[in-house]
Amino acid sequence: MNLVYALTAGLLFAIGLYGLLARSELIHRLLAANVMSSAVFLYLILIATAPAGDPDPVPQAMVLTGIVIAVSLTAFALALLRYFQALNARRALEDEADGDD
Amino acid sequence: MTEPAVLFAWCATLLIFVPLLAALAVYLVPGRRFGGALCLLVALGLFVPLVLASHALADAGALHFAFGGHTAPLGIELFADGLALAMLWLTNVLLLAVHCYTNSWLRQAPAFRATEFRALVLLLWSGLNGLFLSADLFNLYVMLEIVTLTAVPLVVFSRGPVALAAAMRYLLFALAGSIFYLLGVALIYAETGLLALRTLSPEALMGPAAVTALAVMTAGLAMKAALFPVHAWLPKAHAVAPSPASALLSALVAKAGAYLLVRLWLGPFATIDSAILLQGLAAVGVAGILYGSLQALRQSRLKGVVAYSTVAQLGYFLLLLPLASLVAWQGVIYHALTHGLAKTAMFLAAGNLIRQAGSDQLDRLAGADRFLGGSLMAIALAGVSLAGLPPTGGFIGKWWLVAASLEAGQWWWALSIGAGGLLAAGYVFRVLRHAMQEPSEPTPVPDHERVTPTMIWVPVALALASIGLGFTGDLLAPWLAIGAPFADTGGTP
Repeated sequence: MNLVYALTAGLLFAIGLYGLLARSELIHRLLAANVMSSAVFLYLILIATAPAGDPDPVPQAMVLTGIVIAVSLTAFALALLRYFQALNARRALEDEADGDD
Repeated sequence: MTEPAVLFAWCATLLIFVPLLAALAVYLVPGRRFGGALCLLVALGLFVPLVLASHALADAGALHFAFGGHTAPLGIELFADGLALAMLWLTNVLLLAVHCYTNSWLRQAPAFRATEFRALVLLLWSGLNGLFLSADLFNLYVMLEIVTLTAVPLVVFSRGPVALAAAMRYLLFALAGSIFYLLGVALIYAETGLLALRTLSPEALMGPAAVTALAVMTAGLAMKAALFPVHAWLPKAHAVAPSPASALLSALVAKAGAYLLVRLWLGPFATIDSAILLQGLAAVGVAGILYGSLQALRQSRLKGVVAYSTVAQLGYFLLLLPLASLVAWQGVIYHALTHGLAKTAMFLAAGNLIRQAGSDQLDRLAGADRFLGGSLMAIALAGVSLAGLPPTGGFIGKWWLVAASLEAGQWWWALSIGAGGLLAAGYVFRVLRHAMQEPSEPTPVPDHERVTPTMIWVPVALALASIGLGFTGDLLAPWLAIGAPFADTGGTP
């Protein structure tokens, strides 16, 4: 059973990383980053489970804190994204357009 | 005299919580005057716990303190050694300087959102102090995120599409970096069940999981620190941010990631000492020094030069990994101190040039020496220290690094340090050449944007301090050695 969760976490991380690197639209990249953090959270929950007895509280506390941080970062990123789109009228960072001129 | 440990507990608590509470106060109490006064008060007041903590460390060596008496793994522990102390001092001095500058500058900029800016700077300060004092991997993650969440918005204060694109790119890099770092923390916890740096034994961290953890953490922190191959966000973000914010980002925030890398590689992971790996990392550092310097030589804007110079100067941190000796340790810390002072001086002075010359295009600076003498002097003095000419602080840091590489029989790093210094001299003098050129047509002295005397004196004082560090090497060396992971082998300092 644990193996299934571990593989899921690995797969999610890979999907997220691919999205972050390969997509250009900013909202996609942001979502991809969120998928990546979910994968890490899943992995942390996985290592908290013990075969017998109580689960380990430390990784659970880490996930709780991590979720709070991920939510704040995402909220800020979304606000920044809206502002960016309002000013730029485009949805992706273009490397050439805002180069050092 | 109280016990050093108790004294340290108080000092550490104050260093983290005073800026945090001050940020709330600045945000809640209206009035620019109040905000400015409070920031200065905090900056001056925090020197008291810093001095006391330094004395405690001098008496007792590196110190630990567990909040509320809850020790690891569930409790939060704080820790300080010579490196942490040096970074705390640097943070405080630079924030005092930046607040002095900002207070004076904001009087000329009534449209600028001063309250939010000051509150963010105070939060950033609290996060940085927390980062330098943290002693476990997860706590470091939290502090790193606080620093990110306050550093990225500072870039947005210069409005406009370019600033937003730069902030967005910075945020994406930082987001990816923090996820990688957290994955590393999770891997280490799964392997060892430990988080506190002091309890993580190097023997437990030799397996493949630990090596993977180190690899992903290094990648994540390199993104946050903008080390060479993943530096793309830094020049854009640092060049476009308001000058006081650029100064803090370059001098402190980027260094926080490098600081953590040094902590990990020379702390719990010190047993991973494969020569190829360490030499390779230092080679990446040198590539960063060369690439950053060459890019700095090609920039057409002053702030671009200064920002690329940060990419170059961050490369020196990686040289510590293969050298791994007390002299190199002291050299890198000294380099961090002088770079912090010099870089802040340069960005603040660049801010003055932009205000008065109307732009920071290098070719429009011709004749600037007539009305911008003070700011140009700050850039020149700071540049001399960056280039590492004796008798500046930059020279001492580089000299110790060179001494350490020769002592370790790795002369090629000494050559790279020399090349880095020469290139730094190149890009600084290029700026000065532009500024001292005869203007092609007589430019009237623009005076629509006033620069107050404080705004000139602050960068000049910082640049002088960066040079002055060249005379205090022997004095500071024992402090930097407190709790260093290397024994004193009777090296040069």
